[in-house]
Amino acid sequence: MIARKTIKLTVNGAVYERTVEPRLLLSDFLRVDLGLTGTHVGCEHGVCGACTIIVNGDSTRSCLMLAVQADGTVIETVESLGSIHNLSAAQKAFHEHHALQCGFCTPGMLMTVTDLLRKYPLATDEQIRAGLSGNLCRCTGYEHIVAAVRALVRQREGAP
Amino acid sequence: MKPAAFDYMAAETLDDAISALARAGGDGKVLAGGQSLVPMLNFRLVRPSILIDINRIRDLGYVDATGDVIRIGALTRHHSLETSPVIKAHLPVMTAAMQHVAHLAVRNRGTIGGSLSHADPAAELPMMAVLLDGKIGIRSLHGRRMVDARRFFTGSLTTDLKHDEIVTDVEFPRLLPNTGWAFEEIARRAGDFALAAVGVTISVRDGKADRVRIGMMGVGETPLRAPEAEDLLAGNAIDAQALEAAASTIEMAVEPNTDLHASADYRRFLVGALARRAISVAWTRACGASP
Repeated sequence: MIARKTIKLTVNGAVYERTVEPRLLLSDFLRVDLGLTGTHVGCEHGVCGACTIIVNGDSTRSCLMLAVQADGTVIETVESLGSIHNLSAAQKAFHEHHALQCGFCTPGMLMTVTDLLRKYPLATDEQIRAGLSGNLCRCTGYEHIVAAVRALVRQREGAP
Repeated sequence: MKPAAFDYMAAETLDDAISALARAGGDGKVLAGGQSLVPMLNFRLVRPSILIDINRIRDLGYVDATGDVIRIGALTRHHSLETSPVIKAHLPVMTAAMQHVAHLAVRNRGTIGGSLSHADPAAELPMMAVLLDGKIGIRSLHGRRMVDARRFFTGSLTTDLKHDEIVTDVEFPRLLPNTGWAFEEIARRAGDFALAAVGVTISVRDGKADRVRIGMMGVGETPLRAPEAEDLLAGNAIDAQALEAAASTIEMAVEPNTDLHASADYRRFLVGALARRAISVAWTRACGASP
């Protein structure tokens, strides 16, 4: 019998303590144990990017991390960004530029873009596309997502 | 798609991790960044009885330049290497190669020790270790040993590592002054595994190529060097004729596989084209001009 482990972590500002099996993926922990279903699960082997969250300030595929590994971490999921009545800047840009259709990839896209904007200049469309290349979208053809990120880069640089 | 059950221990020290790995008797797996191991767990391609998580071990992630040696700790994340000023100053070809490694979320977690231990024949860091004459530091209960990268990779996803051993660090000799370098890769999509890639360093003396190193990946079971082409170029100024001779020597020497992504012939063509490009850029840089 394998011992379950007790973990304590901060998700979107709230502290949670839970006891989990070692094999439980962080993505399933967030969705099933914490009920935070904003994080989507696509391929479950690190290819599609839908489950991307931010762990201790770094974007991370939550399907490639175990819940036990998240003990003591600070996690941000898409639920931390904004609400339907009060969209965050990234959510507003995606909305305004039609950067989503079905919305399945959107939580992963938004969390990826959040980390990209913190770490890279994204001065050209080529750099934006390279940054987004780990997140699959089957609806938009990416053009509108690139446009949304371009607008966010301009906002970051303080353009009106 | 869920992993089979396993036990888990978060090692606090390297000694704890090594002891636990020895106790597991070949049935344990070391968990570093998890960017290759966790997909294999999710597919149940591996079913270890215990995972030994080394992420909480302090002082296993670092980049140090001392004397002529750059030492990189096994737990150094890809994003740290990609952005390290020490690597950029002393091993710029590695900075260039890191631009091709996966995607940010993977680079935030993935480690050099994990990439070397996993030994994917189309991964950049194993190729860098072979190109740059890296020595891989390994620990077990029996002590420490160092293995030349060229002897470490023994096949696709196969290394010289025994079941009770952990990669702890990698040492690279710093590039000599007057050394030009280049890294060229073709992948189907930014961040995907390479179809083929070539890395080159050339040091120049009295207007001639002195020491030439050519590393290749995606065209064999392990990352490879091109010793015949290296010998052919060394001792001469590199002109169009020498470039052509080196590239065709490489094309004839490699024995790539056909797979879903590319035929053997296409890979042979690619490695020749990339070698022409990389040797030419490295030579131009070695001669002091910007490519």
